[in-house]
Amino acid sequence: MSVETTAPRQTPAEAPPPARFGRVNVFQRFAAWAGFDTRLMGMVAALAVIWVGFHLQTGLFLTPRNLWNLMVQSSVVGVMVGGMVLVIVARQIDLSVGSVLGFVGMVMAFMQVQVFPLEVWWNPLATILIGLSLGALIGAFHGYVVAYLEVPSFIVTLGSLLAFRGGAWLVTSGRTMAPLDTTYQIFGGGINGSIGATWSWVGGLAAIVILVWYFVSSRARRRKYGFTVRPLWGEFLVIAINVGFVAGFVQLMNSYPFPGTTVPRGLPVPVLMMLGLGILMSTVLRSTRFWRYVFAIGGNPEAARFSGIPTRRITLVVFVIMGVLAAIAGIIATARLNAGTNSAGELAELSVIAAAVIGGTSLSGGVGSIPGAMIGAVLMESLRNGMVLMDLPSALQNVVQGAVLVLAVWLDVVYQRYRRR
Amino acid sequence: MERQPLVEMRSIYKAFGGVHALEDVTVDLYAGEVVGLVGHNGAGKSTLIKILSGVYGADSGRIFIDGQEVTIRNPRDARGHGIETIYQNLALADNLDAPANIFLGREIMRGISLNEDAMEAESRKVLNRLRISVPSLRESVLNLSGGQRQAVAIGRAIYFNARILIMDEPTAALGPQEARQVGELIKQLKGQGLGIFLISHDIHDVFDHADRISVLKTGRLVGTVRTAEVTKDDVLTMIIAGTLPGKTQGNAAVAGG
Repeated sequence: MSVETTAPRQTPAEAPPPARFGRVNVFQRFAAWAGFDTRLMGMVAALAVIWVGFHLQTGLFLTPRNLWNLMVQSSVVGVMVGGMVLVIVARQIDLSVGSVLGFVGMVMAFMQVQVFPLEVWWNPLATILIGLSLGALIGAFHGYVVAYLEVPSFIVTLGSLLAFRGGAWLVTSGRTMAPLDTTYQIFGGGINGSIGATWSWVGGLAAIVILVWYFVSSRARRRKYGFTVRPLWGEFLVIAINVGFVAGFVQLMNSYPFPGTTVPRGLPVPVLMMLGLGILMSTVLRSTRFWRYVFAIGGNPEAARFSGIPTRRITLVVFVIMGVLAAIAGIIATARLNAGTNSAGELAELSVIAAAVIGGTSLSGGVGSIPGAMIGAVLMESLRNGMVLMDLPSALQNVVQGAVLVLAVWLDVVYQRYRRR
Repeated sequence: MERQPLVEMRSIYKAFGGVHALEDVTVDLYAGEVVGLVGHNGAGKSTLIKILSGVYGADSGRIFIDGQEVTIRNPRDARGHGIETIYQNLALADNLDAPANIFLGREIMRGISLNEDAMEAESRKVLNRLRISVPSLRESVLNLSGGQRQAVAIGRAIYFNARILIMDEPTAALGPQEARQVGELIKQLKGQGLGIFLISHDIHDVFDHADRISVLKTGRLVGTVRTAEVTKDDVLTMIIAGTLPGKTQGNAAVAGG
């Protein structure tokens, strides 16, 4: 990817990075050339180790059924983690996402069961609209208090962590709201919550077409500006890897049948939502001014302000996005459980923050990627899933998850120090 | 210089709380000229230029550009008048690449999308114009040398056809060779008709580049002198004692107080 200019570097003292990557130079260069993110590749490798490890322990991990379920389980955290990346990149934190998920989910379940008639077409639509608006409103509130009233986000959202958990209880005085609308349950990935083999392949092929178009058009554009491009065979290799990944994933999701039949389930709706949001954020949103400004604020808030960036407004929008994503996660969580409970999403903030950090989001701000964080979400969920398969008690699971969070942040600190020498 | 000044800041006052940061300070700047602003820490140099670049508002005083009175409420207004600032701490976002920094706040768009390729191509042009090589434009500026980072900051100013450049300690963070490069850049920009306010602690630096020198002490203007007509000792006396040497410039402001 790098573009060499013709003039030589000035002095050896200021020769930039290569020296520090001395030992892995060839690998680094290959990765840069192929457009691969080395950190992302490292995570995929870590994920593979975890998967194989659990499979060797249990014999159950690497089965279509478990991987299908793992993806559905990952979707609650996976939907939220993109928002958390933006929040952390902008040098903020949101500790309230689990409670907001629980509160919004409870309000939606209450409206659906107690207020609106069940099984009419507009019921799920209305409850979802209410949920999304509520999420946006809560996010806007957080953003306003953080950006305009200048209360540290750690405190604001710590307060909300407690307040909205209480709120979730207060909606129904702790009563569980069930059962929910049948159409609404589609979002949970249950028995009616996947799109079948045919539509899965249609979706997969559409993704492949878009991928190929993206690689071809960006190559053409780089050509037009006279930038260096990869050799043609390299381009083919990169496209083939990407296409193979998409096709393999669809095939895997199509390998898990409905109980007692051979009819494949196909892609689960919550997984589609997670992937859809992830792709939307890492392509469309990523190419906007907004995205650039979030990163600029994270990199140097003063520089952002001096450049005329409306830093407060950007921060507010970041929290609104986080709130809406927590609401969407609330839809998935309640639909999956087919019930609204006041404990939904408890400790989810931990998994979400851990997923973001494992995915390469730096707590010092300015650095983070959505694909990395999504893999981080799958990684966190793999740990939980594998420990359940191993029959570990939930208390021990919490110990491991807490330890992984601290370990991930420590690794990030080491990585940052290494980068800065 | 009988022409109209490019910038005139007249009787600027600014207080922070009860502390008078600036009292009745008047400076001016012509096209193709470098004016050095010198003084101790806390003399008011940075406050003065932050008022011109829109970071602070003045409590009172007037600013003229090409003889027209202007109001500068924020950095955007300042940029609208062709005023660009290169801050002491460079004001670069370390995590972004050079094109992102050069175009920060003024991105080239294609619909709702950033036109990264166009910005990269334009960045390369502007850096070539500065005769500074940056090996990889897609790398975050964190990995660039001090001189290269300074070039990015300057490139950002001149790309948008700045007419008035404010440089706050442009060489403070640089090695001798890089400082020389920046010196070359200043000459080059001056030759292109820009007016430059140069703020520096380093009296030698100022003597090398400035045509005139304005000295501030505890928020007041001691005076403005032509570099060719004074010695370094004269200027040092102004900085330390706050008194003018015998031979001030005719149209210079009188010592405050």
